[in-house]
Amino acid sequence: MSSPGSVHSPSSAAAGTHLRGDETTVKVVVAGHLGAGKTTLVHTLSQITPLSTEEYMTAASVGTDNLDHLPDKRTTTVAMDFGRVSLSRDLVMYLFGAPGQKRFWPLLADLAKGAMAALVLVDTRCLADSYPIIGMLEDLALPYAVAVNRFDGAPIYQARQLREAMDLAPRTPLVVCDARDRASARNALINLTEYLLTLPETAA
Amino acid sequence: MTWARPHRDAGLVRSYVITEGRHDASRNHFDFITLVRLGAPGLSRTDLSPEMVRVLDLCRPGALSVAEIAAHLHLPLCVLRIVLADLMERGHITTDSTILTSHRPDRKVLQDVLAGLRALPV
Repeated sequence: MSSPGSVHSPSSAAAGTHLRGDETTVKVVVAGHLGAGKTTLVHTLSQITPLSTEEYMTAASVGTDNLDHLPDKRTTTVAMDFGRVSLSRDLVMYLFGAPGQKRFWPLLADLAKGAMAALVLVDTRCLADSYPIIGMLEDLALPYAVAVNRFDGAPIYQARQLREAMDLAPRTPLVVCDARDRASARNALINLTEYLLTLPETAA
Repeated sequence: MTWARPHRDAGLVRSYVITEGRHDASRNHFDFITLVRLGAPGLSRTDLSPEMVRVLDLCRPGALSVAEIAAHLHLPLCVLRIVLADLMERGHITTDSTILTSHRPDRKVLQDVLAGLRALPV
């Protein structure tokens, strides 16, 4: 991370990452509980050095378009990692690792606006931690796929058991992935996009 | 502007100083993924805030998304959005994207995404 005393100026850190400006951009929310591998997946797929934005949050749910929640004793900052993948000359995908805790709901709601979909990463050792996140995405009407991030020593369940536990709709994709592996992470996004193409256009 | 916080305390430069007290910018809808590039060349920068100048310097080589600008300049998005709205109003920056990207990508875009993902080298 660079700091105010960093030797790298913002422009040197951004060198080589500029776009033309007329590309189409899409965003995917990478959701999941703490430690589910969100940052890992973003780092695995990103073609730029992953970046991080900081947002001010209050415990109270506040409108995201005003600045009434500037830093004071009641606010915290939350960092959000993101990365970028060029899918063609004219199409750029941004992957945002969204904090999963309920208190960050306003940030997730802001991020979900206009997002393509969410990929929910799950560690089967703490499966229940993903339930509130799935609930939030459903409240936001953001389509999602679930990717079980295979951790060493994590219990292996059958897909049917996982679906039942997470109360997934039959059509919701459930894939196993290794967030450290490019092909595997890419495959999870392919599954997600294929699923989106099966949804009626009105869901947009 | 008459808006002021009821409990001001001393300390760092507060974000509302950067935004000159505004919390309701006229175009406060820059999405995380809106691409920002420089607008008309040759405009005077003398009346711009340091943050505005930093945005312009950062985007001189080409376009960047709002999220990337926020990250490189260490500005929270809520603050950056207002800085960007000001720059846009003054013609210093422009964007081809719809300013409010509230609609999900359409089918054509999704098909392009799928093709792009499948072609991605792994």
